[in-house]
Amino acid sequence: MYIEKTFAQKFRSFLTFAAIPLFAFSVVLVIPFLVGVFLSFTDWNGIQAIDSFDYNVIGLSNFTAALSDPTYINTLVLTFAYVTLVVVITNVIAFLVAVLVTSNLPARNFFRAAFFIPNLIGGVILGFIWQFIFSTFITRLGDLTGIPLFQYSWLVETDKAFIALVIVGVWQLSGYMMLIYIAGLVGIPQEVIEASTIDGATTSQQLLHIKIPLMIQAFTISIFLTLRNSFMVFDVNLSLTRGGPFRSTEMATLHIYNEAFISQHFGTAQAQAIILFVIVAVVATTQVIISKRLEGRAL
Amino acid sequence: MKLKRVGGLIAAVVLALFYLFPFAVVLMNSFKGRIEVLRDPLALPTNLDFSNYADAFTRMNYGTTFFNSLIVTVLSIMLLTIFPSMLAYYLARFENLATKVIFILLVVSMIVPFQALMIPFASIYGRLDLLNNRWSLIFFYLGFGVSLSTFLYHGFIRTIPIALDESAAIEGATKFQIFWRIIFPILRPTTATIVILNALWIWNDYLLPSLVLFINDRTLPLSTYSFYGQYTSDYGVAMAGLILSITPVIVFYLFMQRNILKGIAEGAVK
Repeated sequence: MYIEKTFAQKFRSFLTFAAIPLFAFSVVLVIPFLVGVFLSFTDWNGIQAIDSFDYNVIGLSNFTAALSDPTYINTLVLTFAYVTLVVVITNVIAFLVAVLVTSNLPARNFFRAAFFIPNLIGGVILGFIWQFIFSTFITRLGDLTGIPLFQYSWLVETDKAFIALVIVGVWQLSGYMMLIYIAGLVGIPQEVIEASTIDGATTSQQLLHIKIPLMIQAFTISIFLTLRNSFMVFDVNLSLTRGGPFRSTEMATLHIYNEAFISQHFGTAQAQAIILFVIVAVVATTQVIISKRLEGRAL
Repeated sequence: MKLKRVGGLIAAVVLALFYLFPFAVVLMNSFKGRIEVLRDPLALPTNLDFSNYADAFTRMNYGTTFFNSLIVTVLSIMLLTIFPSMLAYYLARFENLATKVIFILLVVSMIVPFQALMIPFASIYGRLDLLNNRWSLIFFYLGFGVSLSTFLYHGFIRTIPIALDESAAIEGATKFQIFWRIIFPILRPTTATIVILNALWIWNDYLLPSLVLFINDRTLPLSTYSFYGQYTSDYGVAMAGLILSITPVIVFYLFMQRNILKGIAEGAVK
């Protein structure tokens, strides 16, 4: 570590290495966020210039308005349901696929590439692709096969539209998480596995009692990333269902977007966004603390 | 044992078909006329007609928007390599209370939803007249991307022995030279990971450019979105548009496949 004695020396290193990225970080992310927190306590109307100060501090009114908006509460419940389903299903599938493609499967590199492809493409396009599948493609499949499940477009019924959104979420995220689990599985020292084989452990015993405990870190990262990404889902939501039918698939981020840019309720929207941030922060921190404790126990 | 292998293979094939069939459906229908799609979206196209592609290409303003996306992505990932690597070096090698606080702030910022700042963001930069301009967008990507890239570089730099820096310092190298001549070349694997993650993010990003570039310099995801909205009745052309938007990133993937799969796995574990 460098030890710098004079202030001039310290200042010069700071200017050289840190000033530009920290300037960008502050003005693009930190300041708008802090201003957003401040504005959520005011009656700013969204059109006034923020530096005009022609608005008043009104305390918690925006937050009470946000929480007494039944569509927002409904949106939060939907978001929780969506996040729970996507996090669980994505991680189960990604882990099982990772086990599969690290076993002696033929063409396993092809399979890895196939599962990863949805990650290359933006959420907006993925949403459009599945919109076609769930409406036009599926109804034709229903005509041909007579299966009642495929008789009507999935995007016009509330329950099926929600399931459709979950399916696309899992499909989009699982390839990336598979790579994390593959890295975890490959990182387990070969001697440990060999030793357990000699001791007579079966494949499933090895998986449950040796491999999983030794790769808890991969679970920590993957669950954290799926939590974060599914809470913040926006693009797929916008292009697949636009929140419909009857707001049955409107996730928190899309609701905030509509509240701000369509209903023009900037104060409420800002308060709802701050509430979402607090929820994500609490859930993510709890998850990381629990996982770290598990990691500690496994070692 | 053999039965198990066959079972595994069947499971993998079924799952891979589920992952890939949406792309096959889109590709198939991109060659069909309007009525042909509606009559049977499951049928193979009768002939390989590229007129949908020509249509989509002009209506999406593909040449210009592709070029805009390319400039924004390439310049942003260059900035997101140069500055975060230097910042990470600074935070790892000059440890004190201030650098620790900065590091924690960067980590915490990664869980801030974009929605929590997008309203003041649009208001502030609208008032400063910095919207509708690709150069601003590139700067915004630097601001939003600094945290993750710095975090990944920081994890790697901490594992590089300080003795390396010290011996170079004895030879008379300045800190700037030590970083660029000695440390940065060692960071190559991390740089590869970061370039890939940032390229996929920025190339595909929709929400930020939709707020910044609502008139000028529009990027590919923006033109795809408005184009698709207008042509949902003419599915053939819409599908051709989707294929045109997907193609560049698939080509990039085919060339870089090994690096991408390896880079992401390595980036995640650190």
